[in-house]
Amino acid sequence: MSTVEQQIREAIQEAIAENEVILFMKGTPEAPRCGFSARTVATLEALGTQFAAVDILPDPRIRQELSALSNWPTIPQLFVRGELVGGCDIVSEMYETGELAGVLGVEPPAGAPEEAPVAAEAGAPPLSIENRLDS
Amino acid sequence: MPTTDELKARIEDAIPGARADVVDLTGGGDHFRAVVSAPEFAELSRIEQHRRVYAVFGPEIGGPIHALSLETRAEA
Repeated sequence: MSTVEQQIREAIQEAIAENEVILFMKGTPEAPRCGFSARTVATLEALGTQFAAVDILPDPRIRQELSALSNWPTIPQLFVRGELVGGCDIVSEMYETGELAGVLGVEPPAGAPEEAPVAAEAGAPPLSIENRLDS
Repeated sequence: MPTTDELKARIEDAIPGARADVVDLTGGGDHFRAVVSAPEFAELSRIEQHRRVYAVFGPEIGGPIHALSLETRAEA
């Protein structure tokens, strides 16, 4: 492993250790670059959770090292207190069952919808999600 | 380009007793969603269930299979 890759891996480990809730995503919470990342951000925001976010797109080695560390191939990845919670599917499922609020130590919002926040219609192309958020 | 039938067959061949329903989310042959049930999932956490399915495809996830959205259930 080259030094740069080691540095990236150490920076990722440090970020996971130092931030109670941290999301590795494509793009930023303000401008997600993938529908799955957008949906996960929307779910965390629906619970009013403060979270750190890391954009993995600037360098392919970030994703490579993250996936090697977490043994999880896809993005986004949500970590809470150092543990991988999951990607978009698991986060959405846990929101719907109320487990996510428990893991995050927050109260589910009153009158919370049963379905996770939907950034696009089910079955819609994930890449169209950003447009829907903008509209 | 992988097809839904191919993905279904590979999941069902790799995981004993599994049943998979796979849809192509975009029609583009690279964004898929799979609902997978298997008896062995009863022993696994949700994360481990998803890892088990992702492992069927290895580096193809993020490659030719750009996205594979999963729902897993512990049943035969």
